[in-house]
Amino acid sequence: MSGNGSRNGRVVPAAFPPPVDSEKEFVKHALDPEDERIEVGVAIVGGGPAGLACANRLLQLLADEPELSERLGEVPVAVIEKGKVCGAHNLSGAMMRPSGLAQLFPEIDPKDWPTYGQVAKDSVYWMLSPSMALPLKPTPPPFRNHGNYMVSVSELSRWLAEKAEEAGAYILTETAAAQLLVDDGVVRGIRSGDKGRGKDGQELGNFEPGSDVTAQATVLAEGTWGHLTGAAIREFNLAAHSDPQVWSLGVKEVWKVPKPLNRVIHTLGWPLRYGAKHREFGGSWIYPMGEDRVSLGFVIGLDYTDATVSAHDLLQQFKQSKLVRSILEGGERVAWGAKAIPEGGYWAMPKLSAPGMVICGDGGGMVNVPILKGIHYAIHAGIMAAEEIVKALKSGSSNLSAYEQRVEDSVIVKDLYETRNMKQPFAKGFFLGGAITNAMVLSKGRFPGGRWNNHRDADAPMTVGTKKDAYPKPDGKYTFDKLSSVFITGNATRDDAPNHIRVRKSVPRELAETWRWMCPAGVYEIPEDAPEHGQVDVIVNYTNCVQCGAITAKGGRLTTPEGGDGPLYQIT
Amino acid sequence: MANILVYALHYEGAINKNSLGAVSEGAKLAAELGGEAHAILLGENVPQDLAASLGRYGAKKALVAEGPEGLAQPLVDAMAAAIEGGDYSYALFGGGLLGFEIGAGLAARLGAGVVMEVTNVRAENGELIAERPILGDSAISEIKYRSPVGIIIGRLNAFEARESGEGEAAVEQLSFELSPQAQQATMLTRGEQRGADVDIEGADILVAGGRGLGKPEGFQLAEDLAKAFGGNSAVAATRAVVDAGWYPYAAQIGQTGKTVAPKLYLAAGISGAIQHKVGMQSSENIVAINKDANAPIFEFSDLGIVGDLNKILPKLTEAVKAKKGS
Amino acid sequence: MKICVLVKEVPDAAVEKKLDPSTGRMDRSGEKNLNPYDTHAIEAAMQIKEGGAVPVEEIVAVTMGPDSAVRALHKAVSLGADRSVHLSDAVVAGSDVAATGYALAKTLQRESPDLVLLGQQSDDGECYTIGAVVAEHLGMPSLTQVIKMDVEAEALRCERQAEYGYDTVQVKLPAVISVGDAINEPRYPSLKAIMGAKKKQLDTVAAADVEIDVSKVGGDNSAAQWIAAKAPPAKAAGEIIEDEDTGETVERIVAWLDERKLI
Repeated sequence: MSGNGSRNGRVVPAAFPPPVDSEKEFVKHALDPEDERIEVGVAIVGGGPAGLACANRLLQLLADEPELSERLGEVPVAVIEKGKVCGAHNLSGAMMRPSGLAQLFPEIDPKDWPTYGQVAKDSVYWMLSPSMALPLKPTPPPFRNHGNYMVSVSELSRWLAEKAEEAGAYILTETAAAQLLVDDGVVRGIRSGDKGRGKDGQELGNFEPGSDVTAQATVLAEGTWGHLTGAAIREFNLAAHSDPQVWSLGVKEVWKVPKPLNRVIHTLGWPLRYGAKHREFGGSWIYPMGEDRVSLGFVIGLDYTDATVSAHDLLQQFKQSKLVRSILEGGERVAWGAKAIPEGGYWAMPKLSAPGMVICGDGGGMVNVPILKGIHYAIHAGIMAAEEIVKALKSGSSNLSAYEQRVEDSVIVKDLYETRNMKQPFAKGFFLGGAITNAMVLSKGRFPGGRWNNHRDADAPMTVGTKKDAYPKPDGKYTFDKLSSVFITGNATRDDAPNHIRVRKSVPRELAETWRWMCPAGVYEIPEDAPEHGQVDVIVNYTNCVQCGAITAKGGRLTTPEGGDGPLYQIT
Repeated sequence: MANILVYALHYEGAINKNSLGAVSEGAKLAAELGGEAHAILLGENVPQDLAASLGRYGAKKALVAEGPEGLAQPLVDAMAAAIEGGDYSYALFGGGLLGFEIGAGLAARLGAGVVMEVTNVRAENGELIAERPILGDSAISEIKYRSPVGIIIGRLNAFEARESGEGEAAVEQLSFELSPQAQQATMLTRGEQRGADVDIEGADILVAGGRGLGKPEGFQLAEDLAKAFGGNSAVAATRAVVDAGWYPYAAQIGQTGKTVAPKLYLAAGISGAIQHKVGMQSSENIVAINKDANAPIFEFSDLGIVGDLNKILPKLTEAVKAKKGS
Repeated sequence: MKICVLVKEVPDAAVEKKLDPSTGRMDRSGEKNLNPYDTHAIEAAMQIKEGGAVPVEEIVAVTMGPDSAVRALHKAVSLGADRSVHLSDAVVAGSDVAATGYALAKTLQRESPDLVLLGQQSDDGECYTIGAVVAEHLGMPSLTQVIKMDVEAEALRCERQAEYGYDTVQVKLPAVISVGDAINEPRYPSLKAIMGAKKKQLDTVAAADVEIDVSKVGGDNSAAQWIAAKAPPAKAAGEIIEDEDTGETVERIVAWLDERKLI
């Protein structure tokens, strides 16, 4: 499937891999001397729902384990978060299933959760055109959200972080986990990122090197494009029996609206195309956020083939539909953001543990694509990780493989297995794919069975097509350009920070166009004097990057920026 | 009687432009309140005629105090003494660094209310209301004073100097005592110029260049035009071109660079994305030259020219030179 | 020498700032951070300590603010302060710059510092020179906009930016110095320092503990009273010229500039 170079003008991103060697660069085998290390009990990489659920559960258990607590030392639980605060880099829809929070905090009443409550009604529309939205009745099962809670995952993360800190966790924000510490085949912790390097990586006047943070157990809860997860997968060959991961890209806005929305809405169809060759799989969500706000977003699988597909512009285009206008008219945009979503499902989940380490949440592919759920799985995984870590540490072991069995037996794998083949048929196009998936839904995954393989997003051959012709010109009030959108994320990155994005500098035009359109933050630019065909030197405005992770799917490799850099999401 | 005491900064025999503006403004407001504006100058042997010249800007009286120049605390002492002995309801400062320091110290000394970065003052019911922008200039706050004396510190260039056509001011010596703290600081050298630094924040006219200049050499066009304008003009740059190494960081304007409010901001080859806009949107006059008719900068420029800057800038430079020469 | 550094927690610069329409006060909910200018003040204190010209017994971070302000103190400590003091009292809420300066001065009086350092402005109040207010109440000399500072035995030699260039001023100690961001490049805290910050001594004091006269502080007692907020004057729509004949275009530009006395 993966070609090399241009095929009749169609370019395959995988043929132009980024200049990066994961194992060499992101795994550190020699530990710093003991007095320079920072020793913690359990190191959790990632301050999102998975990591913070793990932190909270650990501290709940440790409250009854005085001996183990003592052995874990002064800092029993440390959460390492690269954003300015927990939640700064988190973004989702979202309609969350309650089982995760209910299990984590059984004594807290759901009305005290940081949510916008439950929503009584569901609608699904098949958009035939901007003005024709065909309601699908009854609501197809994957889209039913009865009993679920509308939540901002960014707000949820802040709330979970507060709880974890109150319970005694050390939350180290503005700290990137740049390398995995592996000694003698066992994960011993992480190394934090350097601060104070210049554009070319040189040490500036206030250079502060990172530190080795050693731990008795390490939890990787990095989210959708897990930096160390990628390195760990290679180091320990964790993907030997799984498909490569594939992703969608979601771009989201939050709007203040004059009249409240009373139902959860999902759409398929326009503005995506139905033909198999386009591979445009996705749709939108529109969720009420309390009385006066609405969360909406557009999601598209990153295996599309038209280089001019842009999730951000598709969202702007989608907003012009009659359906959306009726909801947003008279309102005001108050937030914007973007994030990739792992879509590979069951077949793409890697092995979830290695000696001394476990993987939780989106980083482990725990997202159920057809029903658009991942937050509660992340929380369940964090809880199970905590429980298995405590058991293992009590017996002095670094073997955490029992965690894998827990996940296998849990609702996570039960649900993901049921939906294991539901996205792949869409590679056959909307109608045939839709029919096949429908059959799967009705048969709860049993028919048709078998194993439908995922193909890497970077293996899709790209052509510069016509998708862009329909994008609206931003008017700055209802539709927006990328730069001003990045501006409202609070993205504050040091001007002379080093480039954290690894891509080949010189690539065929089709690939440069792919990146330029794909990136919601306008990071990739083509110089004005670049040739229409042939090699192009891409300009990388990495300071705009909002860490969505899409580039990792389409031929590049995102790495951690300097701690504290990137967006400051608040209500996404 | 609602008199207004106006601080007049002076240096090498001339009154600071912002202080002239403050005197003019003070005179206008005092008239509305039925009082007078008095200026105060402090220095070593302040020339009498310099003090008297403030009458031309509307000051009825000029108080002259003897003390070390260029330091704030002696002025706190002098102005407090004047206010105590006189009949002043307001103390007014034009924009500028010393004004902030003096005004703040004076507020503490008198227990008075103080507002900084004032862009407009109006008289209402016999008292003054100060207006100042807040939240990145997106809103204006209106403030009034509850204390017997109100202190108003203007934003740079907020008050325009206007000669009122009146004669000289009456000059009066003010005697006052230096407080202990005012005696703890000694000026060693004053007003040292540092040529290498690009001072874009103080410039009256800025010619700013962006990507549209095409290449680093394009900045020559901007420099030529700035030179043609002469006086207090400088060249500035957007972040994109600074990042690309076309121009030094000291000249960068925008979200992560400097914020400026010159009398004229001429943007050449700049799209006007918000990251840049926030750094210059308060400029009094914005002129933009860009070949893209849809560039966002045209939405907030006062004069926009859609065209090729490579053709326009050189011709404009010649025309400005000619106009100034005449 | 004992150095006190005044620090403040302010809304993160990258977050859109909002006014609470009912009180006219800044809506301070949302992301907060240590005022970036104050990090330069802490760095200046550290450089004096590490410079060795004068022995520094301790660096104390001082702040006035609600409960969340302790985070600014933790950050200050992770950057090198030895301990911190938090003035936390409902009566000071809503204080304007003059009242705040007074409250901070009373808090500092208890510490008897030889040198008070602070950032010359804060990102939220958009006010400058609270240092001058503090100095007045403490009866100390004050200098603002300082971008270079050398310590001699009983005095400082400072360079500061002013209207006419750079001034060099000698200031005798004890003094209050407000520093500009050009003075230094603040260090990044090491992970060890960040993690150790919470263990350092943090004293919480109330207004009564530092003998603050409550009639001089708080929103209701502030001498500058906010009455309303309004939208800025709408800018008239600009003129657009399409350049066809450059000679003519340039003539029009010059005429436009001339009209406004810009040439």
